[in-house]
Amino acid sequence: MENLIALLVAAPLLGAVVLLLGGRRLDGTGHLLGTVLAAASFVVGAVLFADMLGKGAEERTLTSTLYSWIPVEGFQADVAFRLDQLSMTFVLLITGVGTLIHLYSIGYMEHDERRRRFFGYLNLFLAAMLLLVLADNYLLLYVGWEGVGLASYLLIGFWQHKPSAATAAKKAFLVNRVGDVGLSIAIMLMFTTFGTFAFGPVLSSVDGASEGTLTAIGLMLLLAACGKSAQVPLQSWLGDAMEGPTPVSALIHAATMVTAGVYLIVRSGAIFNAAPDAQLAVVIVGAVTLLFGAIVGCAKDDIKKALAGSTMSQIGYMVLAAGLGPIGYAFAIMHLVTHGFFKAGLFLGAGSVMHGMNDEVDMRRYGGLRRYMPVTFVTFGLGYLAIIGFPGLSGFWSKDKIIEAAFAYDDGVRGWIFGGVALLGAGITAFYMTRVMIMTFFGEKRWQPDAEGNPPHPHESPKSMTIPMIVLAFGSVFAGGFFAVGDRFVNWLAPVTEFEHPHPVISVPAITTATVVVLLAGAAVAWAMYGRRPVPVEAPRGSLLTRAARRDLYQDDVNHVVLVRGGEHLTRSLVYVDHTLVDGVVNGTAAGFGGLSGRLRRLQNGYARSYAVSMFGGAAILVAATLLMRAV
Amino acid sequence: MSTLAAYATSTGEAVQFWILGTVAVVGALCTVLMRRAVHSALCLAATMIVLAVFYLANGAYFLGVVQIVVYTGAIMMLFLFVVMLVGVTAADSLKETIKGQRWLAALCGLGFGVLLVAGIGNAALRNFNGLGAANTARGGNVEGLAALIFTRYVFAFEITGVLLITAAVGAMVLTHRERTERARTQRELAEQRVREGKHLPPLPAPGVYARHNAVDIAGLLPDGTPSELTVSRTLRERGQVRDVSREAMEDLKALEQRSEERLGRDRAEHDRDGQEATR
Amino acid sequence: MNPVNYLYLAALLFTIGATGVLIRRNAIVVFMCIELMLNACNLALVAFSRMHGNLDGQIIAFFTMVVAAAEVVVGLAIIVSLFRSRHSASVDDASLMKL
Repeated sequence: MENLIALLVAAPLLGAVVLLLGGRRLDGTGHLLGTVLAAASFVVGAVLFADMLGKGAEERTLTSTLYSWIPVEGFQADVAFRLDQLSMTFVLLITGVGTLIHLYSIGYMEHDERRRRFFGYLNLFLAAMLLLVLADNYLLLYVGWEGVGLASYLLIGFWQHKPSAATAAKKAFLVNRVGDVGLSIAIMLMFTTFGTFAFGPVLSSVDGASEGTLTAIGLMLLLAACGKSAQVPLQSWLGDAMEGPTPVSALIHAATMVTAGVYLIVRSGAIFNAAPDAQLAVVIVGAVTLLFGAIVGCAKDDIKKALAGSTMSQIGYMVLAAGLGPIGYAFAIMHLVTHGFFKAGLFLGAGSVMHGMNDEVDMRRYGGLRRYMPVTFVTFGLGYLAIIGFPGLSGFWSKDKIIEAAFAYDDGVRGWIFGGVALLGAGITAFYMTRVMIMTFFGEKRWQPDAEGNPPHPHESPKSMTIPMIVLAFGSVFAGGFFAVGDRFVNWLAPVTEFEHPHPVISVPAITTATVVVLLAGAAVAWAMYGRRPVPVEAPRGSLLTRAARRDLYQDDVNHVVLVRGGEHLTRSLVYVDHTLVDGVVNGTAAGFGGLSGRLRRLQNGYARSYAVSMFGGAAILVAATLLMRAV
Repeated sequence: MSTLAAYATSTGEAVQFWILGTVAVVGALCTVLMRRAVHSALCLAATMIVLAVFYLANGAYFLGVVQIVVYTGAIMMLFLFVVMLVGVTAADSLKETIKGQRWLAALCGLGFGVLLVAGIGNAALRNFNGLGAANTARGGNVEGLAALIFTRYVFAFEITGVLLITAAVGAMVLTHRERTERARTQRELAEQRVREGKHLPPLPAPGVYARHNAVDIAGLLPDGTPSELTVSRTLRERGQVRDVSREAMEDLKALEQRSEERLGRDRAEHDRDGQEATR
Repeated sequence: MNPVNYLYLAALLFTIGATGVLIRRNAIVVFMCIELMLNACNLALVAFSRMHGNLDGQIIAFFTMVVAAAEVVVGLAIIVSLFRSRHSASVDDASLMKL
């Protein structure tokens, strides 16, 4: 069984290599090959899952060492895999959703002449992501981490002919790099502290390290997680990343890659458990991001950007939960999985809408689409109900647990604050998702002709696109209930992540009731604002908050002022210092020597007799020195 | 002759040292200060002969003879050859052209001399062993030197031999001029002269229009100015043409004056004779 | 008389020769001054030989003479070719090697 683990990574990697190196001969069949290999990886994952289910809870961890990567005395790094319940969850999510999105992309990218390359990149992403979650040490995890970043860069910039896409790819890559630096520093700290990279030894010897070191490691890991999971303050790339093709947004920027940060925090749970300060930082980052993303999502008219804000917000929930420690890890992962289903479904639905509307993304130019795209409407609607946490659907089960755990942060004011934020977030989520739903599928038609003057002819998407949506909609509806009933998911993960029952400051039924009330209120407000009144085609000026949220709460302006301007000023002053001080010293030295040489060269007058005087004088000095030394 | 006590020379040697030493120093100073190279060379030869005598006095009989034969005989003659080649009568100006050179030279020389004298004065040179034993050890000075040269110093000896050969070859290479084109025939030279419109007939001989007939005296043109054409180009380039034009004019004037005087006296005598005759 | 006087004489001659090298422009005279310096050294070596009572000093003086002869040959050849190309034996005229 252990040997199958490598196959999980190898299958999509093979697909990437073949598709990217295979050339135009594979143009006709490349997408099928990519999809089959992704599916193969999923099948292998399923086999391993079945095998794992057959074992006792404590014997489920499989490890497999492929070969010794860096066998240096005192610096051992192996290409080793570790398949435990946590990895298994991710493997199934990544390969399952990934396969569905491959399937979807067959239809979505049908008219793109670079489809083979697209599938190559998708397979590359799958391989890197699987390497990330399967790695048995931080160094190999880092390889997967960087591979994921590369694939993300390639896919965001897939339509590189659009300057906005190229810029967005660059932005994502650069912002991710900041996080990567955090991860690399964290790994270096681990190596200097524990002398190894492997998960087992590092996480089991946490007690031996000082709390300061662990806090530093934890904060660096958090920085890494912020970069990859688009958390404040490294959130700015996610909205722009929607320039990529919609399947990419669904797969990478909703379901899988952005959850890598959550995986990292949960995987390193032992470190965070021993460093309460770092844990608090994680909770704060999660809470801030959850509100930030939700507010941004309320104001966006671009359907994909609204969903991106939502993604950011939901991952904020996960990070918040992950920061709560053993009471939250399992819920973070559970929300991650259910979110993977419904957010992927929502994105695929959005893609389907765009597909039928001449690639229009402005929701103000949609309206009344439910009759033209019934399948999309139903699946999108189920995803919508799931994400707002409508009782009984997936999102309800997972998000409600997180809100409970947030209230259980401690008995004091912090529990109220974090719980309140999570509760408020749920309300805002209901508001903006209802807004998306109403503006897209209800109301009157506000369709506008595209740039070439062709009026849109909305139609249902082909089977290859609708089937994945239907499958994901099933997941959106039932996954949460399946996981939550009888604490199945919690028990499944408990051997890896530990679990404690949360004890919220107020009773669980009260929280559940409050959640439902809040989300109904949010939805009602949205209906009052967008359902009862006609939606203007051109966006109204809006309130101050709306305008700020449209501009992503000035995230780019902040970055511009703090980083770009600051960097420019720093550069300018450094250039000034370089010109005046460094160059001054260098040029001054040169000029000094030049002037000195100009005077000294007068000695070189070409007359042999002058040189003879120098020689003779030198000889005299030598004689004098000799005599002097003898006298002394 | 004590080998341990302070060693003193005989009175004869002392007298010889002071007299010949003075000659040597004067010769050296004249070598430096004489304006004509040939005089310097002769003064140097004198100094070297004095040094040869000193070598003999110091028991270096072989070196003394070699000094006279090689240095005074061969090397100084070489110098004289070159001096002749360059121009035996050319006198150097002793005016210094490099600024401060003379002062620096004097300073360096003085300082160096003082330092050397101080060094010798400080050195422990109390004991002079004398060469008597060394010279008689193998039957003589020359035998002693030979034994050393061909045993201990044989490599140095061989290498100086190589050096001498190299120097001879080097001197030949330096002074030899390879003719790179065919020598022109007399006919070609004549044609070239015609083509260039230069002096066609043979050059005038020196001294033809002058009262001297030495090669370094230019012939005078009818107006009394010297003609450069009449002197060899080598002498012209060395600046060794003796300008006699003024001399010749003055001679002529003196001659006229003398003849005037003689004629005047003759005339006076004649007049007196005439008067006497008429009386 | 103390034979050390020979050394003083040698030092004096050497200094005179060196000063001559510095103040004379005629290459031949400069060369003669160099010979004078070499001879002064030889005198000192011969005096040392007498002082130490062995012949090594004379051997060195002998080699000095041989090397001086070689030097004279090459040096005079240089002077001759210099004179040929410049029609002058002044060392100051050969002053092209300057900045």
